Amino acid sequence: MIFTPSRRHEDASRRGWQYRLHLDAPLLLTLFGACTYGLIILYSAGGGMRILEPQLIRLAIAFTGMFLLAQVPPRLLQRLTPWAFVVGVLLLLAVLLFGEISGGAQRWLNLYVVRFQPSELMKLAVPMMVAWYLADSRLPPHRWQLLAAALLIAVPMLMIAKQPDLGTALLIASSGFFVVFLAGLQWRLLAFFSILVTAAMPVLWHFMHDYQRQRVITLLNPESDPLGSGYHIIQSKIAIGSGGLFGKGWLNGTQSQLDFLPERSTDFIFAVLGEEFGFLGILLLFTFYAIIVVRGMMIAIQAQDTYTRLLAGSLSMTFCVYFIVNTGMVSGLLPVVGLPLPMVSYGGTSIVTLMAGFGILMSIQTHRKLLAT
Amino acid sequence: MPTRLTLKDHLLESRLIMQRAFVLLSIGGLLCLVLFARLIYLQVIAHEHYRTLSEDNRVKLQPLPPNRGLIYDRNGILLAENLPSYRLEITPEQIDDMQATLDALAKIVQIRDIDRTRFEQLRTRKPRFESIPLLFNLSDEDVARFSVNRHLFPGVEISAGLARHYPHGALAAHAIGYVGRIDEQALKELDTSNYRGTTHIGKIGIEKSYEGLLHGTVGLQQVETTAQGRVLRVLNRNAPASGRNLYLTLDSRVQLAAERAFGEFSGSAIAIDPNNGDVLAFVSLPSYDPNLFVNGIDFAAYSALKDNDRQPLFNRALRGQYPPGSTVKPFMGLAGLELGVTTSHSRTYCPGYYTLAGNERKYRDWKRTGHGTVDLDNAITQSCDVYFYDLALSLGIDNMHSYLSHFGFGRATGIDIIGEVSGLLPSREWKRKRRNQPWFPGETIITGIGQGFFLVTPLQLANTAAVLANGGRILQPNIVHAEQAANSSALQPYPPRLLETITISQQAHWDDVIHAMTDVVHGARGTARAIGVNSPYRIAGKTGTAQVYGLKEEEKYDANAIDEKLRDHALFIAFAPVDDPKIAVAVIVENGGGGGSVAAPIARKILDAYLLKETP
Repeated sequence: MIFTPSRRHEDASRRGWQYRLHLDAPLLLTLFGACTYGLIILYSAGGGMRILEPQLIRLAIAFTGMFLLAQVPPRLLQRLTPWAFVVGVLLLLAVLLFGEISGGAQRWLNLYVVRFQPSELMKLAVPMMVAWYLADSRLPPHRWQLLAAALLIAVPMLMIAKQPDLGTALLIASSGFFVVFLAGLQWRLLAFFSILVTAAMPVLWHFMHDYQRQRVITLLNPESDPLGSGYHIIQSKIAIGSGGLFGKGWLNGTQSQLDFLPERSTDFIFAVLGEEFGFLGILLLFTFYAIIVVRGMMIAIQAQDTYTRLLAGSLSMTFCVYFIVNTGMVSGLLPVVGLPLPMVSYGGTSIVTLMAGFGILMSIQTHRKLLAT
Repeated sequence: MPTRLTLKDHLLESRLIMQRAFVLLSIGGLLCLVLFARLIYLQVIAHEHYRTLSEDNRVKLQPLPPNRGLIYDRNGILLAENLPSYRLEITPEQIDDMQATLDALAKIVQIRDIDRTRFEQLRTRKPRFESIPLLFNLSDEDVARFSVNRHLFPGVEISAGLARHYPHGALAAHAIGYVGRIDEQALKELDTSNYRGTTHIGKIGIEKSYEGLLHGTVGLQQVETTAQGRVLRVLNRNAPASGRNLYLTLDSRVQLAAERAFGEFSGSAIAIDPNNGDVLAFVSLPSYDPNLFVNGIDFAAYSALKDNDRQPLFNRALRGQYPPGSTVKPFMGLAGLELGVTTSHSRTYCPGYYTLAGNERKYRDWKRTGHGTVDLDNAITQSCDVYFYDLALSLGIDNMHSYLSHFGFGRATGIDIIGEVSGLLPSREWKRKRRNQPWFPGETIITGIGQGFFLVTPLQLANTAAVLANGGRILQPNIVHAEQAANSSALQPYPPRLLETITISQQAHWDDVIHAMTDVVHGARGTARAIGVNSPYRIAGKTGTAQVYGLKEEEKYDANAIDEKLRDHALFIAFAPVDDPKIAVAVIVENGGGGGSVAAPIARKILDAYLLKETP
């Protein structure tokens, strides 16, 4: 076991390099493991070293970012939270007004040095903000507080959904929701909101873009348009299904290597994994993921104040949403939303944000005060 | 804040977070289980199904078109071969906007309207993932130009293949025929499974008649392809069986001599070996270059051929029907002798015309002054019409019809080239059926000199000459004498086919007629004596002049005064050597004038080419 509850109050003598460097060894090792595994899959999906080099650079940046954020004490983070949030919302506004269009969506701000997606910042800023707001008073939150929290979540979420970037909007909404839920959202209210959301589905349908509706239709019946929108799902199901228990072997997936699988190095890379390494290969990836989520939740439980508890819990569970949505989509359980498979998919700034989140987790874990001798 | 409260809150909060974390982890775990259930369904339960689908994706069945059989003449000279060629092919499945792609391609290589039309036709018939040829026989320059721009055209490929080529061009084109691209019409009649991957099919001539043998059997290979259809490797291969090579009975040398002998004339000549029915020369002039048709002839070239007054596309040898004229006289004579209507010694006076009792109409002899008193031998040698008017009347149309039909007049010879017509040997019954009219005695008279309704094809005429030569054996003329498997040197000969033997009551009758025919060439008054003068072998022949245009009773025929198209056809039939016939010929020169002066010299050149092995 990585963690045993009886050792909650750790001995100072046990605090070695992890505390000096503000790194969490179990999390770090698992992240390394997952990323290595991801690179192996990506090598096969993307056709060799050509695709690996930029990915390695990206990972190096992401791990550096994680390391730097881990050094920032949670207190400082908490103080900066409202500023980060406000800046984030302003940037989102700027995107909506002057953003660059790429791939049919307006997501990027051209900062002349780098192209920047403010929605990535919000992945961290929203849970931080909601945690910051709720941590101020006693838990569970009051009704009015909940309403305010809902507003804090809804504004950036809608702005991102408008870009449109449904995947990120979904992640941000769930990260905010997790904070509220961990803070003790009453079950009755939860049930009420669930009913409300279900009732709002048709309204949501009305506001969806045509391509988004198409994705939902495709999910329900991919064979309705086998060469068009259904093609992705059909081919990825064939890839996963034909992989069987043990897979066709590394570099030997015919669906992947012969171009039948679209977007195989990005959003649909899970199908490559399923085809070449089979069910067992998927289990291995999920083991990495499970360790990361559980370790993250442990950090949340061990955290010493409300803000860090809520934030750590939310970040961990959001990661969980991340991979469940991607794998669910690739295996044909969920509609296609543009979410990469964390630590495996090629490219994106999302890996940097993701690692930054883990940096915060490590910071929370390693900046704790000792409560007992 | 008091520490106690903070601590209490802290503990409370801890418990709350723990509880909530547990709930969230449980939900996460549950979702993972749902996902695993899904994966187990896909990867274990439905694994076979998806494995099959993935194989179907990966493996495609590709047809391997067989190589078309080659065509040789009787001496092994190549008449139809397959040359390497490049073609441009398009796989519709991989093209988003076909129109735009074609337009863009047209800027690089020339695409004619006919190419587009054919391509569109094929496109509607073939599966989308099969490549369809757009252009054939690309020049090296075209190949290079396309290759440079290839990245702009996914789904468009250059493929190397073989294309039919006729090295001797127009020589014997009417016999050999040509292949052309498979069009919509041909697709309807095809066994499409055997023609998967085949682009050309025999359209006419031997190429069409022997399509089944020449084509061969398609092969198949299983290949692994990318989603774009690019072949990565061959998994399994079932080689095609090449078509069979054909050896024709034609002798290129004789054929060439015959075609040259015609000069600028239109017409037809057939040479047959009377011993086995082998067609040695098959001439129909003017001819055309069959290579033009292989990859789709363009409109201008086609209309030039089609609208040509001399009709180069018309197969005269097989489908041209001409009055036999005086060439029918030996057969008439034989009929008279064999049926006992006349004897070799019976004489008839020829005043230059003939009249029927009770009728004013004069049937003219070609010699206005008349031949005087003639017997059968004189009548054939000098081609006296009056003698045969009289003989015809004595025989009557019914006897004439039944006796002449033994020789194959009025009946297709059954040669192994598709499209033969039967000619016409008129009869009482035919006239009643077709024209709903009774037979008139005057018609009997002109039928006796091969005029009137009487029509023969050059092939038929040559075959009847062969029957005279071989003593009454009717053989089916054949133009292919052997086939050969592609990878073997052994020939599989086709045996001659004897259809019928004419019963001869007295051999002397037959000899008399042949003697008379020999006199036509070698006698002092023979109508074709000019060709017999210096002949090292003896020839039996008969001249003929067929009227295209009926002369009025008192009108004088003046070749120069009338339109060339209305000039008489010149005919000549012959066989040689007389003692041991090896070749029988029929020559018809359209609007050529006299049989003796125009057709006979051509026949002589054909005989020389074959018997003396003279090189033209």
